[in-house]
Amino acid sequence: MSIDLKNASFEGWRRDNGRMGVRNHVLILPVDDISNAAAEGVARNIQGCIAIPHAYGRLQFGADLDLHFRTIIGTGCNPNVAAVVVIGIELGWAGKVAEGIAKTGKPVEYFAIEQNGDIATIANASRAAYRMVKYATALKKTRAPLQDLWVSTKCGESDTTSGLASCPTVGNSFDKLWENGNTLVFGETTELTGGEHLVAARCKTPEIRDQFMRMFDRYQAVVEANKTSDLSESQPTKGNIEGGLTTIEEKALGNIQKIGKKCTVDGVLDKAEEPTHPGLWFMDSSSAAAEMVTLCAASGFAVHTFPTGQGNVIGNPILPVIKLTANPRTMRTMSEHIDVDVTGILQRKMNMDDAGEALLDCIIRTADGQHTAAEILGHREYSLTRLYESA
Amino acid sequence: MTIHFVVHDEGDSVGVVVVEGLKAGTKLTGWIMDQDKLIEFDAKNDIPIGHKLAIKGIGNGDTIIKYGVDIGRAVKDIGAGEHLHVHNVKTKRW
Repeated sequence: MSIDLKNASFEGWRRDNGRMGVRNHVLILPVDDISNAAAEGVARNIQGCIAIPHAYGRLQFGADLDLHFRTIIGTGCNPNVAAVVVIGIELGWAGKVAEGIAKTGKPVEYFAIEQNGDIATIANASRAAYRMVKYATALKKTRAPLQDLWVSTKCGESDTTSGLASCPTVGNSFDKLWENGNTLVFGETTELTGGEHLVAARCKTPEIRDQFMRMFDRYQAVVEANKTSDLSESQPTKGNIEGGLTTIEEKALGNIQKIGKKCTVDGVLDKAEEPTHPGLWFMDSSSAAAEMVTLCAASGFAVHTFPTGQGNVIGNPILPVIKLTANPRTMRTMSEHIDVDVTGILQRKMNMDDAGEALLDCIIRTADGQHTAAEILGHREYSLTRLYESA
Repeated sequence: MTIHFVVHDEGDSVGVVVVEGLKAGTKLTGWIMDQDKLIEFDAKNDIPIGHKLAIKGIGNGDTIIKYGVDIGRAVKDIGAGEHLHVHNVKTKRW
């Protein structure tokens, strides 16, 4: 029984900027690493909010600083977030982050630790967080057509079963969501190596193809400039190799199954950039799971699909991560991490279309509020991508 | 009927073992996905789940084909039914 996507809908929160969120977080957002303690202090005081500590934000400059701001502002702007308390060591950059988030129309307040100390900052920010939880929990859910749901994908701890079954399952659902007018994204630039020609051939226009190849070639130059080996055990990872993947080319061809057979690549994004229209987007990004999923959250995606072979356990603080696997050993040994079991494909007991439908059903249930395995297990990995050393 | 290994495309050099604890000498049933055909094979080595076996003889330096696409080069001769992995295949990139 296939899902009628044109008439499918989900219940979430319509934000002032029109975007639909599927979670309703009050975020305590540190601008920099040294504000983590205060942010976590607020989250301990006030029930119903979430702090997202991270490692960076000091003495970055140029494009790396731009990316830092784009990522944390984007995280605050994500429609899964109802309201934000920003805490920085000083007021200037805290205000800059708050101003970026306030453009969405959601409540934002910001605080600085200098000239106050952690204790007064935590007290003041806790009062703001208290008001925001009152605000957020009074917001009513509304029903929206499925096409208002933005869905991202990235796989991890892949093995050969990923390319055979779990990535093609995402591809099957992406083909259907793409035809339905949803906004979709994939990325993992180095992890297309050996299959880049296949992605290039799927680009909708020659201009998009050129933009994609420029991003691909730039990332290859980074690998060439810094490598001390053929990257075996890094890309593919030690876990990939344990799972039977031998070369980057083999891993890439499995990865690419996530973009299905019909979707065209309708645009390219720099890291943490927001799509400007529906369709499938390529985002130039790291292939490290937590970094890439963090970038998807910062780009405004509301639900993430994550095929795994060997059993990556990743989650994200604000973006629900749906995991699927086709590996029967992973299903046997760590099933609590898996939301959609597609092991039947490899025994010809489940066809790809049925698997795609099972994933779509899980995407809709997750959008309606059912928690993912990663949410239940408390996985809140938030990893910022760095471009180079701090000043 | 148990499927022991899966091949993406009938032009490929390799299949992927999809059962745990596969021992040398086992009579294997393989499924070629794209053409939806079954083939039979003998395993020449113990091969872990997820790992590959060669489904044709491969010479040192030959290109390995999976998904109908080049995934690297053999650095040793690999016999049909043998375990094919990082010990006998390397990337052509990087």
